[in-house]
Amino acid sequence: MKRALVIILVLALAVSLLAGCGQNASQSSGQNSEKASEQNSGQGKPQGETKAGKMRIALIVKSTGNPFMEKMADGFKTAVEEGGNEAILKAPDQPTAEAQIQMIEELIAQKVNAIAVSANDPDALQPALQKAMKDGIKVLSLDSAVNAESRMVHIQQADPERIGRIQIQAAYEMIGGEGQIAVLSATSQATNQNTWIQWMKEELKDPKYAKMELVKVAYGDDLRDKSVSETEGLLKSYPNLKAIIAPTTVGIAAAGKVLTDKGLKGKVYLTGLGLPSEMAEYIESGVCPWMYLWNPIDLGYLAGCAANALVKGDITGKAGEKFTAGKLGEREVIQVGDGTEIMLGDPFKFDKSNIEEWKNVY
Amino acid sequence: MLVLIFIVINVINSNLSPYYLDAAQLLDATMAFLDKAFIVLPMTFVIILGDIDISVASTVALSAVIMAVTYNHGVSMVLAMIICLLVGTVCGFINGYLIVKFKELSAVIVTLSTMIIYRGIAYIILKDQAAGKFPTWYQFLGWGKIGGIPLILIVFSIFAILFGLLLHKTTFGRRVYAMGNNITACRFSGVEVDKIKVIIYTLTGFMSAVTALFLTSRMGSTRPNVAIGYELDVIATVVLGGVSSAGGKGRIIGPIISVFLIGFLRYGLGLINVPSQELLIIIGLLLIFAVMIPNLKINTKNLKFIK
Repeated sequence: MKRALVIILVLALAVSLLAGCGQNASQSSGQNSEKASEQNSGQGKPQGETKAGKMRIALIVKSTGNPFMEKMADGFKTAVEEGGNEAILKAPDQPTAEAQIQMIEELIAQKVNAIAVSANDPDALQPALQKAMKDGIKVLSLDSAVNAESRMVHIQQADPERIGRIQIQAAYEMIGGEGQIAVLSATSQATNQNTWIQWMKEELKDPKYAKMELVKVAYGDDLRDKSVSETEGLLKSYPNLKAIIAPTTVGIAAAGKVLTDKGLKGKVYLTGLGLPSEMAEYIESGVCPWMYLWNPIDLGYLAGCAANALVKGDITGKAGEKFTAGKLGEREVIQVGDGTEIMLGDPFKFDKSNIEEWKNVY
Repeated sequence: MLVLIFIVINVINSNLSPYYLDAAQLLDATMAFLDKAFIVLPMTFVIILGDIDISVASTVALSAVIMAVTYNHGVSMVLAMIICLLVGTVCGFINGYLIVKFKELSAVIVTLSTMIIYRGIAYIILKDQAAGKFPTWYQFLGWGKIGGIPLILIVFSIFAILFGLLLHKTTFGRRVYAMGNNITACRFSGVEVDKIKVIIYTLTGFMSAVTALFLTSRMGSTRPNVAIGYELDVIATVVLGGVSSAGGKGRIIGPIISVFLIGFLRYGLGLINVPSQELLIIIGLLLIFAVMIPNLKINTKNLKFIK
């Protein structure tokens, strides 16, 4: 009697689980009955292809709740589906490497054909990604790179040197060339932000910046609340602060909010990399005179096209290869440092004159 | 009961995803969740006592950070690993000492304070930076396999057997149960209550440091904010394993099964790409459900009496 009750309850749980997550999980194995025969043939080559002969291409972003990442994933999905393949989108709930490692393991077990990742740590993903490549999975990074040994190619949004230097030049113009500035970054492991900050420091070595001082690099971990408290901390610790540079969309939006609430418009200037839709009010109000970004949708789209080309065998990630990236036209794989990259384009400047037209785009 | 859920989950998983039933992949999957499992073993003792220790995740972070920093200052890796274990042990000992010294403070308050303190120290040491660049052989700890079986699984099995024997086959274990049921009676009958408590908390700290070793090895570097939320995962696992938080009840096998149950559930749902937020909801439901079942059984008994 009790046993029966227990079994009924367990079955009820099972059914609710199936109903709960069966609907929106993008799974290739909806029909259990047909698959049942294959279950015991776990070994062997990646079958990879779904029934329709599609390739399965996965994207792992930095974390959930990051608008930039969501836009990037949209572009990625569009490109993958244009190429006639299936996109799997994954987002960890914390911006950590350990969460991404676990997701990579899951994708290897699913025998996907390609994994694109925006890394929370350049080196920590290496063992997992190398394991994937050994299993014949194509690996690429975008936005935030993994080290050259753990990828075939990286999709670079814009020349990191340009991105870093241009933000210091912007701050220089805003504050008239003298005063304290601070940087509000994402996580301390973020590959892309760290590269840009290096170039910022490089630019600051120019004698023309003799009167400008970078007092601190703070880390908001791409979490809204931590970015807000880090900004408040900066303002408290450095009452003479003249500018904040936030090379991350979550950070710049949080800093814009804090500066607006504290009525520091015109006292502390804000610049960096932000989404026009989120930053429109601060650009219009003058809290952030201007900022830069590229199109995250296009960045995701380019990565999706590159992934399509990789699984089809059009490119292998060697320098000098060319492929057609859908609506973006032809792109070339170039050698940068130890690894190869595909460039999206230059950073784009958003200010009062053009924010109106862009704020509804992304 | 738990075994039943475990089997059901495995059956569901294999139905949901054709990729699930693959022995090698399943073994690999254990690497992803076994790091926390080391803390589950001593935590079972703590919960049987009727206490709780929520400082374990901070202990993990502090041990890992100190290990990385000492290694980066030129200490050999082996010594740094020993230092890591020592740090964890000391953290655990401090918890135990405070709890027995100040009887008017409950365990939850003491470990809440040390949870904040330990992570605070880790932040002071490293600020927001990461530390790492460990030697290559250290990676073997988290990623290595011996004869196809992950090293972490082997080590966990050894610890599981040791803790199981300690709880079920020794006087020490029997006294832990007795203390969980009635600590005052134990004190009057001459059981060294305080000593046993300190030993258990120290063990918990030590095992947190073991977790730190494996976690850091998998990550390749460490930061002050690693292992956030581990304490709740660990406590959830123990409770799901049928150990009553009121103390005095439960067997070590329960939490061990539930480690694998939650682990494979996460893995299986990950395989069909369930978004991470929904995954948390499902695990929460499972917890409530598993804790509810034994109580439902009691109700049916009562119903029979009425009939």
